[in-house]
Amino acid sequence: MIAPETLPARIDTVVIGASAGGVEALAVLLPALPDTFRPAVFIVLHLPREQPSLLVQIFEKRCARPVREADDKEPVEPGTIYFAPPDYHMLVEKNRQIALSADDPVHFSRPSIDVCSNRPPMSMAGACSASFSREPTRRRRRTACSSPGRRRHRGPTAGQRQSTAHGSVSPAARPGGFRALAC
Amino acid sequence: VATVQNNSPGNNDADIELHLLIDAIYLKYHHDFRRYAQASLKRRLTGALAHFKCRSFSQLQDRLLHEPAVFPTLLDFLTVPVSEMFRDPGYFRALRQVAVPILRTYPSLKVWVAGCSTGEEVYSLAILLREEGLLPRTLIYATDINPHTLQKASAGVYDVDRIAGFTEAHHKSGGSSSLSDYYTAAYGRAVFDKSLREHIVFSDHSLATDSVFAEVQLVSCRNVLIYFNRDLQDRAVGLFRDSLCRKGFLGIGSKESLRFSAHADSFDELAPDERIYQKWP
Repeated sequence: MIAPETLPARIDTVVIGASAGGVEALAVLLPALPDTFRPAVFIVLHLPREQPSLLVQIFEKRCARPVREADDKEPVEPGTIYFAPPDYHMLVEKNRQIALSADDPVHFSRPSIDVCSNRPPMSMAGACSASFSREPTRRRRRTACSSPGRRRHRGPTAGQRQSTAHGSVSPAARPGGFRALAC
Repeated sequence: VATVQNNSPGNNDADIELHLLIDAIYLKYHHDFRRYAQASLKRRLTGALAHFKCRSFSQLQDRLLHEPAVFPTLLDFLTVPVSEMFRDPGYFRALRQVAVPILRTYPSLKVWVAGCSTGEEVYSLAILLREEGLLPRTLIYATDINPHTLQKASAGVYDVDRIAGFTEAHHKSGGSSSLSDYYTAAYGRAVFDKSLREHIVFSDHSLATDSVFAEVQLVSCRNVLIYFNRDLQDRAVGLFRDSLCRKGFLGIGSKESLRFSAHADSFDELAPDERIYQKWP
């Protein structure tokens, strides 16, 4: 778990990445976000590209915060939960607009958590990601991973590194595992 | 003369260097990436840094200006040579349902595939038009800014291991024939039938700097506008509007929209889920 005192004073963005099995963890985390939660939340899940995603329908009724599938050039609104659309990478511009891209898959994945988590920390005051990112975390970025033993689904991320140099590992399906993110 | 417009105190050195690099490309090679969406552009150029073994965008700029061989390769990083045949099969199904019946009423047809990359979309449309009996009277303009990808598109040669995916997507798109009717496979490659290419003109054209060149009945420009900022999107959609005949069709990517475009009033949503629009009036 990330200790709250190690986080930047101000967090604008939370990036979460998971394989398809991550829906279970999100079902614990997202409804736990309070109505007052201010950071925008970007979520990258590996889903079938051929079918429209039902994640928004699944989560919007259960969450206190607005839930949307990201649209290109959409202004980022604080406290809103954005899911990356199937088959597109999701990035955030410096002017706080969402940017989608159809670039090559990264590690066989589009959307890719690496593409998504690369950007917000470079342009915003602070960011926090919970991901299976292969890239080393940068200064002012904190990465948390769910416990490898708790993974329910072996999707495209199987075999990826399951811990990060500056991150931490916590049981995702336990609300306390994400306490640092939800604070 | 190009200027660095976003040189605010919030910009770090890499952002400043990126703007200078983009300006250098425009001033030296007249390719205008200044109104491209910055986040994905920066990501692709960061990939180019590793390829050229440069530590910074400034170092890459130095090589770009003084080594003529650098730019053609850099252009491959700047453009997005990612394409598949019959990507989003529902789009092609919708074209068959809503556009083809009206396209049949024209004695001759012109189609513009803007940002055709390596040509997969062009051949997909050519096959669709052949299946619908329209190809013999159709001329397809396939344009892109990258001569390297245009050359690949013109050759119509793809790795044979991609064909299975193409075939499945073609089937889902409502294809009435077998994809294998349109290519010959050997030595790990598949080459598409030259009878398709006889109806295609591959040409260099920039949505950022060039103008309208023909009146067309259908424009297909998918997953190109997402790489532009709003200004450039408006310019591109304006070109499509001016190029389309009355009640002509425009197809864009599944996550692109004309909702916020300056030209939104010029188009009707014909197949909203598949992003097919009709010029109106």
